[in-house]
Order: sequence, then C-alpha cells, then structure tokens
Amino acid sequence: MGQQHDAYFVPAKSYWPIVAAVVMFTTVFGAAHWLNAEPGDAGFGKTVLTVGVIGVLGMFFGWFRSVINESLAGSYNHQVDTSFRMGMMWFIFSEVMFFGAFFGALFYIRMFSVPWLGGTGHGTLTHEFLWSNYAASWGANGGNGPEHVGGTFSTVPAWGLPLLNTLILLSSSVTVTIAHHALRAGHRGKILVFLGLTVLLGALFLNFQAHEYIEAYKELNLTLHSGVYGSTFFLLTGFHGLHVTLGTIMLAVIWFRVLKGHFNKDHHFGFEAVAWYWHFVDVVWLGLFMFVYIL
Amino acid sequence: MSHAATHDQHDDHHGAPKNFFQRWCMSTNHKDIGTLYLVFALLMFFIGGSFAMLIRAELFKPGLQLMQPYFFNQLTTMHALVMIFGAIMPAFVGLGNWMIPLMVGAPDMALPRMNNLSFWILPFAFTLMLSTLFMAGGGPAGGWTMYPPLSLQSDSLAYVVFAVHLMGISSIMGAINIIATILNMRAPGMELLKMPVFVWSWLITAFLLIAVMPVLAGAVTMLLTDKYFGTNFFNPGGGGDPVLYQHIFWFFGHPEVYIMILPAFGIISEIIPTFARKPIFGYKAMVFAIASIAFLSFIVWAHHMFAVGLPMGAEIFFMYATMLIAVPTGVKVFNWVSTMWGGSMTFETPMLFAIAFVILFTIGGFSGLMLALVPADFQYHDTYFVVAHFHYVLVTGALFAIIAATYYWLPKWCGHMYSEFWGKMHFWNSVIWVNVLFFPQHFLGLAGMPRRIPDYNVAFANFNMISSIGGFLFGASQLIFLGVLIHAVWFSKKKATDRVWEGAKGLEWTVPSPAPHHTFDVPPVIHDDELAHGHVND
Repeated sequence: MGQQHDAYFVPAKSYWPIVAAVVMFTTVFGAAHWLNAEPGDAGFGKTVLTVGVIGVLGMFFGWFRSVINESLAGSYNHQVDTSFRMGMMWFIFSEVMFFGAFFGALFYIRMFSVPWLGGTGHGTLTHEFLWSNYAASWGANGGNGPEHVGGTFSTVPAWGLPLLNTLILLSSSVTVTIAHHALRAGHRGKILVFLGLTVLLGALFLNFQAHEYIEAYKELNLTLHSGVYGSTFFLLTGFHGLHVTLGTIMLAVIWFRVLKGHFNKDHHFGFEAVAWYWHFVDVVWLGLFMFVYIL
Repeated sequence: MSHAATHDQHDDHHGAPKNFFQRWCMSTNHKDIGTLYLVFALLMFFIGGSFAMLIRAELFKPGLQLMQPYFFNQLTTMHALVMIFGAIMPAFVGLGNWMIPLMVGAPDMALPRMNNLSFWILPFAFTLMLSTLFMAGGGPAGGWTMYPPLSLQSDSLAYVVFAVHLMGISSIMGAINIIATILNMRAPGMELLKMPVFVWSWLITAFLLIAVMPVLAGAVTMLLTDKYFGTNFFNPGGGGDPVLYQHIFWFFGHPEVYIMILPAFGIISEIIPTFARKPIFGYKAMVFAIASIAFLSFIVWAHHMFAVGLPMGAEIFFMYATMLIAVPTGVKVFNWVSTMWGGSMTFETPMLFAIAFVILFTIGGFSGLMLALVPADFQYHDTYFVVAHFHYVLVTGALFAIIAATYYWLPKWCGHMYSEFWGKMHFWNSVIWVNVLFFPQHFLGLAGMPRRIPDYNVAFANFNMISSIGGFLFGASQLIFLGVLIHAVWFSKKKATDRVWEGAKGLEWTVPSPAPHHTFDVPPVIHDDELAHGHVND
C-alpha cells in the first residue's frame, strides 16, 4: 500500500462545514422558492438565492484558504496527501457517473424512444394511434418529436465552432501537461506561461460556446424548448460548460498559487487535482463532440 | 516534512471539548459525528414511523376514515423518502463512522471535516423536504420514485429535487470518506483480507454510493428542467419518454436497495460469530458474495419495470440476471447458518435480532425471487405483495440489523450495559408484531390489493385490520427501544468491560468502554489471533 505511519494527522475543529451546510441550504431554499414564485412575488426567492450563492462562494474561499494555510504550514503528511488524492479521484468518478446519466438519456432517446415513436420496433401502437404522420429521425427533422415542440430548427454544424472548440480543449490538455512537467522540473516561469495559456484556452472555449448558444437561439431556432433534441443538447453541453467554467476558475487560482510559490516538485496536490479535473472535462467534451455534434 | 509538531495541533487531544457548539457543530471526531448520524437516524425513524402509523390507521378498515386521498399519497411518499434517506442510510453511515476507524486501527476518518459536512447537510435537507408538508399545495404525493408525469404536477417538486441533491452530495462525500479511510488509514498489518466483514461490506457499499447517487441527481435534474425550464426528456410529444425516467431512476434505485442491505450483511457477519463463539464460516466467500451482489445490482434494474411494456428480450435478460442474485445471497445465508452450526451459542439481544434477520430476510429474499419471474410479476406488480416483500428486506432486514448493531456496540459507545430484560422484551414484541404487520400483506397482494391506495374492496378488510393491529403494536414496541437506549446511556449502573461480549474479537474491543474521545493516535500493533478473521485458510 505504500502507507507511511510516521504520525496520524487529525485536523483541528473548523466552522466551515456547518457554514457550508447553511449556505447550501440557503441556496437551494431560495432557488426552490424562486422556481415556484407567482408572477407578483418574485422577490423573496431570488434574494435568498443570491445570498446563498454569495455565501457558497465565500465558503469555498474561506475553507480553501484555511486548507492552503495548513498545507503551507507543513501540516499535511504523506498519508493526508494520499487521502486527498483518493478523495479527488472518487469525486471525479462521481462526476463521470453524473454525465453518464445524461449520456444514457441521449442514447436511450436516440436508439429507442424516437424510433419507437416513429413506429419501428417495440412501441408501434403509440405511433399508430397518436402520431401516425411522424417520421422518426434525429436532428433538424424530427429531433423535437412528433409534435415538433419548439418549431422547426437547425442543428449546430459539427465542423465549425465545435471543431475549433475541440482543438482548443485538446491543446489546453497539452499545455497543462507541459506545465505539470515544468513543475516537476522546477521551472516556475515555464509553469506560469503554460498554465496561463491553459486558462486562456479555457476562457476562449467558453467564449466560443457562448457564441454558439447565441447563434443557436437567434439564427437556428435551436432552444431548450426544441423538443428532446434541445433538451439533450443544452443540458449536456450546458453542464459541460459549467464544468469548464469551474475548471478555468480552479486553474486560475492555481496560477496565482504558483505565482506565490505554493508548490514544489514533491508537494503540489492542488495542481494535480485541478489537472485531473481538466483532463476529465476534456474527455467529456470528446464524448459530446462525437455523440452530440458529429453523429 | 515535519509532522511531529503538527500532531498536537488539535487542542482537545485528551478529551471532548466542553463547549456544546464546538463539540457537535465543528467536530472532526468520528465518534461524535457517528453519534450525530445515529441520533438523527433515530429521530427520522420515529418521524417516518409516525407516517406509517397514520397510513395503517387509514387502512384499518375500508372506506376513507381519517384523511383525504391526496394527504394519504403524501404520507406514503414521505414515509419512504424519510425512512430510506433519513433513517436507514444515515444509520449505516453512523455505524460506519463509529466503527470503521476502530475496526481498522485508524485515529479517525480520512477526511474529518468533510465528514462533519456530510452529516450537517442532512438536517437541512430534511427540513427542506419536510417543510413542503406545511406549504400550500402540500408535499410530494407521486411516490418516492417520483415517476413523471405524475410527479411533475406538484409544486413541491423543486423542494424535493433540491433536497435529494443535498442528500446525494452528503452520501457521496460520506462514501468517499469511507473508501479513503479503509484504503489509506488502516493500521500496519491490517491487510485487506483481514478486515472485518463489516468493513468490507462498507467498502463495497461506498463504491455503489459514488456510482449511483450522481445518476439519481441527473434523473431528478431532468424532472426539474422538464417542469420548470421546458425541456422534453419525459414528454413523448417532444420525442422523450416517461419510461426513460424509470430506467435512469432504477439504475440508481437497484444499487440503492443493496446500499441499504450490504452493511446489514456486514453487521450480521460480526454478531453471529461473536455469540456462536466461532469464526465466520467462509470469510472469503462472504466477501466475494458481497462483491458479486454489488456487481449484479447494476444489471438488474429493469425488474422494477416488468409491467411497463419492455421488449421481450429485455424482460428475459433482467429476469435471469435477477435470479442470479439468489446465488451469492444463498452463499451468505448458508455461511451464517454454518457459523452457528456446532457453535456454543448464547442468545443476548443482538444475537436474537441477528437470528431473526437471517430467517426473516430470507423470507424477503424468497418473495423477491417470486417477483423476479416476469409472468408472475405481471400479477404481483404494484400490489401489496411488493409492499410485503420490500418491508421484509428493509424492516426485518436492514432495520433489524441496525437494531442488532446498536445493542451490540452500545456498551462500547456509552460504557454501560443496556437492560437485557427490556432488550429481549423489545425483541420479542418486534419480531412477533412485525410478522403480524407484514405477513398478511402477502395474502392481500396475491388477492390483488393495489398499493398506494387509501381505500379498498371490503374483501380485503380482515387482513388489513390484522396488519394495522400488528403495525400499531410494532410501532409501540419501538418505544421500548427508545426507553432501553435512554436507560443505557444515562441511567444504567452496570459498567461494560472492554471486551463486552465473551466471544467478541477484533480491534474495537481492545479499547476501553466507553471508547475514549481519541483512539489509536499511535497505530496499534496487530496480532492476528486478536482479529476475528486473522487466520484465513479457507
């Protein structure tokens, strides 16, 4: 196992967990009120939600600050480091399963529910009695279901912005790896350049995705309401975009930490955790590019 | 690295802090957090139980007695959500928190602050969920499975979905913590195949939790966007399919069923060897059986949906895959019985509950096997037969194991023995009334009484009345449990020894009773003959 048992480390008491529980509750309580708000009383939920989100951001800032301070004070031994690594790996695994649910939904809809609605295979009666005119297909002609929910739309062509975004994310995986090697070799200038490039590439990706969304809404009439095509398209790319946003913020934080000299060649779990996360986001994108855009 | 100094960083090194808020709300101590989990689970058990009492009161005789059907539907929904996510799961996490570090010789959980967060999310999540009962429009009433389109009609959906998100975050963090503790914090010499079966069962359960809680989060997120943001995942008019929800939900839901029973298997595998004074029969087989059950749990989900209209090939695949589960489960039951075979047994309360578990859980397993048969399930589906089945595995299975574990480890937690007489009173009342409560429901189901209905045909009147009487008395019996706990923790004069039980083996019995606030600050030296499974030769 490679365990080191020089001395166990149990961290000191902290008020951050209870603060975290309170602000998480505030956020979702506000969000639920906001979603159920009647036209006249929209204020309360939004206010609580805003307070909650600010609280969550503050909590992350405070909790991570105290962890970073403890790390810099040398409190964390090899065993703690291993626990952190396991924690991050299993967290990423849970994220994989979260995306798995949405990919699973996409596959089910494309393989089963849409063809069945079109009268093939298993569910022919629905087709016969309700929508006998529906010719099932994915994409622009039929991806929004037999009732053409949301009206006629066009799909985003894979070989435009999505291809560019694929190249951007793949390059960013290369730059973050170069930065990692530079960290191991102890070249701080090189780390800052390549990690900075990674952050910029992440921001560029998000910028192009925003363009793509605006184009989809304004010119293609592809919206969240465009039947199940719009649902899967926007939830999959949207959750991915959210993860890219988080990853970019995390990379930016790591950039500042490198600037402040927080890491050395043996002790840089924070860097590695974020790099793993970034590779994970990259892999998810490849799945999206394949199954949402190309096929 | 200089950790010699850092080890003294926590000021409360030799005892619990005096300040109440600091001790319970800012804790990094696995024992205190474990206690919080257990107390929370007990509270939720009584809240969920009171819902069950109201349900049985309404069903006492045909016709509407006490409440409107819509409120009845809220009760069945909330009873399930509270018992599953509020009582059974937190109780197992609490037991894991208390016992895993003690069993593997670790000073605490691997990530103690995250441990505290995992717990403290829960009271808030349940406040959010239970508060819907008092809102205009009421709580969720579409069943705990939240099938669309029914669940989309309730305004409480947003609250329930967010509460489920919070519970999921809590479970995932708790599971990550348990895996990291087991893989990274074991004392030197505590090899994987020397670990107690309870620790093994939790390692595998934690993996299941991390794998499926995010899937549930995804499923309920789609409900949320379908209701509030105009997506069409479950709307056939837009190309979606309500059955898609059922697939995603049960991909979570079936492993979830095993999340609620695998730690129970672990508990029973600790208790029976202690009171039979024999090592567990077939230790490795027990571990591999748990792992096989966990693997199979991912490929059987559609057996919850046989009546929804699946393609024939799917029905046959899921039927056979489900029946396969009987093999490793049979191995476990066989090994528990073989452990007792020829042992010098005594029948203290934990052992009584453990034996009742083996017998009654097996009944639940057999009725599960009946439900696995597609043609038979067309008849049983959504009847009281299903209700009887899952209450046999969850009440006389999971809950009995939790109660057995509580009696078994309580002296280690509080330092005093509970009253054996009242413990046995609790046992005999529970085991008799739980059968009066649930056994007649098999007959009701076979005769065709549907579940989740507040009124029924007069033909079902007698068995329902018997079931309700059993229900009230089973509920009342749990007050004995509460009394025994209160007495043992605060009033009992009888000191517990370190070993507590004559036949008990394992690291947790080498520390004093009550277990000091901090244990194993220095890794213990493991002697194989002190361990329950130190010599694995089979």
